[in-house]
Amino acid sequence: MLCCVCKEKEAKVHLTQIVGDKMQKVDLCEQCAAQKGVNDPQGFSLADLLLGLGAAQEMEQATGGPDVKCPNCGFTQADFKKAGRLGCSECYVTFSEGLESLLKTMHKGTKHTGKVPQSLQQSRDLSDKIRSLERKLAKAVADEDFEQAAAMRDEIKNTREKLSSLSAS
Amino acid sequence: MNIHEFLGSPSDAARREGPHNKIVMSSRVRIARNVKGAAFPGWAKKAERIRILESLRPAIQSLPQMSECFSESMDNLTILDKNILVERHLISREHAAKNAGSGLVLNRDESLCVMINEEDHLRMQALRPGLQLKQAWQAIDSIDSRLEKKLEYAFNTELGYLTACPTNLGTGIRVSAMLHLPGLVLAEQINQIIQAVNKLGLAVRGLYGEGTEALGNVFQVSNQMTLGESEADIVERLSKVLNQIIEHEENARTSLLEKKPKTVYNHIGRAYGILANAHSISSKETMNLLSLMRLGVDFALFSELDRALVDELFIITQPNHLQRRYSDKLSAEERDLLRADMLRERLKGVTRPKTKPIPAAGEKN
Repeated sequence: MLCCVCKEKEAKVHLTQIVGDKMQKVDLCEQCAAQKGVNDPQGFSLADLLLGLGAAQEMEQATGGPDVKCPNCGFTQADFKKAGRLGCSECYVTFSEGLESLLKTMHKGTKHTGKVPQSLQQSRDLSDKIRSLERKLAKAVADEDFEQAAAMRDEIKNTREKLSSLSAS
Repeated sequence: MNIHEFLGSPSDAARREGPHNKIVMSSRVRIARNVKGAAFPGWAKKAERIRILESLRPAIQSLPQMSECFSESMDNLTILDKNILVERHLISREHAAKNAGSGLVLNRDESLCVMINEEDHLRMQALRPGLQLKQAWQAIDSIDSRLEKKLEYAFNTELGYLTACPTNLGTGIRVSAMLHLPGLVLAEQINQIIQAVNKLGLAVRGLYGEGTEALGNVFQVSNQMTLGESEADIVERLSKVLNQIIEHEENARTSLLEKKPKTVYNHIGRAYGILANAHSISSKETMNLLSLMRLGVDFALFSELDRALVDELFIITQPNHLQRRYSDKLSAEERDLLRADMLRERLKGVTRPKTKPIPAAGEKN
């Protein structure tokens, strides 16, 4: 089995960490184990291993210390350091500042460009449409094209109604 | 119905055909989804996990793709059942360690498998034989689109689908293929390939995914980044890289046969010799030697052996599949004896490999 950090040398140090009722396994070669301070269990954090060295610490500083707690699930920064996983979807808001730099190093970008649930996609499309209509309305007013302005005003009203009926359902 | 009655036989599983299946054993796309507001499985208390499982399981079972599915809570499966599912690549090792509060829904032809409360509330995967990443993505996309009407997913406009581990954030997608690369291993080019693939931000792993060895020259290649790139782009990028790896593997095989035919025949002949005659053999050695037999089949060196038999042996010689045939708990030593017996029996009718490829029927020579 290869070391899961350098992926080159044979893993000699096999670590199992239990956080709550969850088991995490890590296999390291001797050099990487020494480098990550695995021999010193106090200084060792799975979050660092999984997400890159220093990640947990960096995040801790940005969010304001180990005691910041998610109001939804009670998860703390210290828990993240231990587990390398978050507590609930709200944690992404609670720890957003610290996560940002982490995400930058981890992913291609920091903005989602993939699939969006259809209900959200529709409301997003409608909001975009309203913004574009508002620009047209402002232009029509500036040009004193009141007929066009009235048409835009009506369409904005319609679109807003559609949007609110969507979020109500 | 129990899981063993539900699963297709190893021989059926080995007979599923797909494009490029000489080199690409299977394609897989999995997505991670979570329910808004609820604690992720690793942080949730048992009662909450059970509540989530009880709300998700019926929602998944009612999908049209899941008619006649197998659906079970993990605490109702034995350790052996779970390990068999791991050996079939239907669930992860992590999921096999779960009990009450986690579950599994598997469709009739074993091409769709949903793990409930693994690391995320939902880990949904589509599997296809051979190289069919796009088809696998479309299958899982369509399940997901139906499911999002019944559930409220944890989703954020900026960050996409929210996952327990930030490494899966955004699309929550993991696109992967299982490749058989004996040519690149024998030609000692595999490390270069792995490094090149790693540089492209893709991961190369062993037979059972994260943190496992590359037994039997089988490697899993998958994307690592999930945020900042769309699903279609990730599928497209991985397909391109896979096509290149396939080409390299084919070239390595051709040049091995041209430049070092003796080395190749030696490896394949020895593999046959041991597998067909051993009286005790470990599962690791079996896999490594079966890999060479599979290469021999691809080189048309065996007249009575087809790839499906080798692939079936790949499945049934694994420790838990072997254990399942016997009611008594076997020790590793006992398994090694029974494995060797089985291999000798199944390879009885296979004569030793030729040293020149057998021309295919109808082919002019």
